[in-house]
Amino acid sequence: MLELKNISKNLGAFSLTNINLTVNENEYFVVLGMSGAGKSVLLEMVAGLLTPDSGSIILDGKDITNESIQKRNVGIVFQDFAVFPHMTVIQNLMYPLKNIGIKKHEAIRIAKHYADIMNVAHLLNRMPATLSGGEQQRVALARTIAMKPEFLLLDEPLASVDTQLKDELRALLRKINRMGITVIHVTHDYEEALSLAEHIAVIYNGELIQTGTAKEVFQNPKSKFIAGFTGIKNFYNAEYVGDNFSLAEGKIKIHHYKDNDEKRGYLLFRSEDVFVSEKLNDSSTLNNYEGKVIDIFPSIHGIEILVDIGIKVSAHITDISLKKLNIEIGKIVWVSFKSTAVRFLGHE
Amino acid sequence: MNKQPFHLILILLGGLLLLFVVAPLTGMILSTSGSSLFETAQNKEVLNSIKLTILTSFGGTLFFSFLAIPLAYIMARKEFVGKKIISGLIDLPIVIPHSAAGIAVLGFISRTSVIGKAAESVGLSLVGHPIGIALAMAFVSIPFLFNASRDAFEAVPERLEKVALNLKASPAKVFFTISLPLASRGIISGFIMMFARGMSEFGAVVIVAYHPMITPILVYEWFTSFGLSYARPAAVIFIAICLVFFIAIRLIIKEKR
Repeated sequence: MLELKNISKNLGAFSLTNINLTVNENEYFVVLGMSGAGKSVLLEMVAGLLTPDSGSIILDGKDITNESIQKRNVGIVFQDFAVFPHMTVIQNLMYPLKNIGIKKHEAIRIAKHYADIMNVAHLLNRMPATLSGGEQQRVALARTIAMKPEFLLLDEPLASVDTQLKDELRALLRKINRMGITVIHVTHDYEEALSLAEHIAVIYNGELIQTGTAKEVFQNPKSKFIAGFTGIKNFYNAEYVGDNFSLAEGKIKIHHYKDNDEKRGYLLFRSEDVFVSEKLNDSSTLNNYEGKVIDIFPSIHGIEILVDIGIKVSAHITDISLKKLNIEIGKIVWVSFKSTAVRFLGHE
Repeated sequence: MNKQPFHLILILLGGLLLLFVVAPLTGMILSTSGSSLFETAQNKEVLNSIKLTILTSFGGTLFFSFLAIPLAYIMARKEFVGKKIISGLIDLPIVIPHSAAGIAVLGFISRTSVIGKAAESVGLSLVGHPIGIALAMAFVSIPFLFNASRDAFEAVPERLEKVALNLKASPAKVFFTISLPLASRGIISGFIMMFARGMSEFGAVVIVAYHPMITPILVYEWFTSFGLSYARPAAVIFIAICLVFFIAIRLIIKEKR
């Protein structure tokens, strides 16, 4: 278990203030925040590349705040890969192994083993400059996990990778996590956070403003900042059942398109994309449900109403529509939203 | 380029400058006969002086590499009070007259100085000795190696060093396996630059050691004693040797780009 206690660090341009968080063993923990929020600084402090101004870092009950970098059993992988450009792939993979005194033939065996796991076994004699971003990232990951760190720190690991490769890398990251390595992953991308995290911590202006499961954080944003990340209150656990349908919260079938092969994940759609009507209209929308209005309250977008269709759906309407449709709590209405407004984010 | 009158003037001025550099050198080479070159190339005095020049400059450059490269690394990586002053101090030999630099080095190694006394105690007189020549050459040429090394280290992404530390390498191992290899081209080009600049030094060396004679002093000696045509073949041979190193630097820099 890793605990950060009252960590503060001032770096001039920005500072981290009083960060407290706990990451459990074997967990996939995502720190979400905008660029420049101090997420990377937090990782560098855990790795020992920076020292906090105050506070302590406890790893398995032992205070490692002032422990040397080499003695911490923590690996870090940066956004820009940092694969050593003057070494071949296998030399890169063997680098940490040689540093901990493993004999050459054994180091080669271990390096090849991790190259297999990370799908870079065919690149062993290549120089990094000839590799794609995704390949370099897999080499960096293989090199770090080859030294069997207890914790893997990932600094925006998908940010410099082509979109089509992201799914593959996400699967690899989950695979690493399942190998028993606890992962702390920082990102500014909420979709990345959703698809990987068991727990999420949100950093804003150098402060930790919320922690919880992905669902807790996104459904009940404690700040406009997180709400602004997604603006999404319609957020459900989903299981894909085929033919472009998923079962939301095990109750309601919702039609949508998806661009990945994953079966489990989250369904999301914006409150602005939900239409409310008194009767079922003849329209092109495939998702039409009857439900009861259970709450009405003002929001920054006008009026927000919550409709229970088996799951709770939030819709934004204007006060003019509210009066026109004569909407009040308890009234039965129809809610509709287009399939294209629904996003499915895989989270196997 | 556009053939406007203004551009023609620019081309004319640039051409004059090129002529100024190329003409004396070409003139010197053209007015030197092949036979005199061949004869001079076999002259023992010339050969010894060339050997001495190369060895003293190379020895001085090699020795001072062990001091300049670590300092360049510190200057590239650390922030501290007085950093700019150190940078300025190292550059100082570029701006002071080289004869004055020679006087300074002479005072530093003369028999009355601490270093001179220490050398005397082991039977070594630095003044008039190849070591004294090497020190004088190094004094005026060290900025070339130092500045090139510092720039080369600055160009190595610090993140690679951080990752290496994270991959359980000690700071010394990071230096030798990451920073130094990645900065090596820049350092080598600085090394050759210092070496070549040391070889061509006259002012500082002539004060520290007229004898044994390095080639620039030999050329001067022959010119003052026997005249222009006698000194010319030796000058041409020495320029050819310097050119080899000059071309090597250009090739290294070109490859780096």
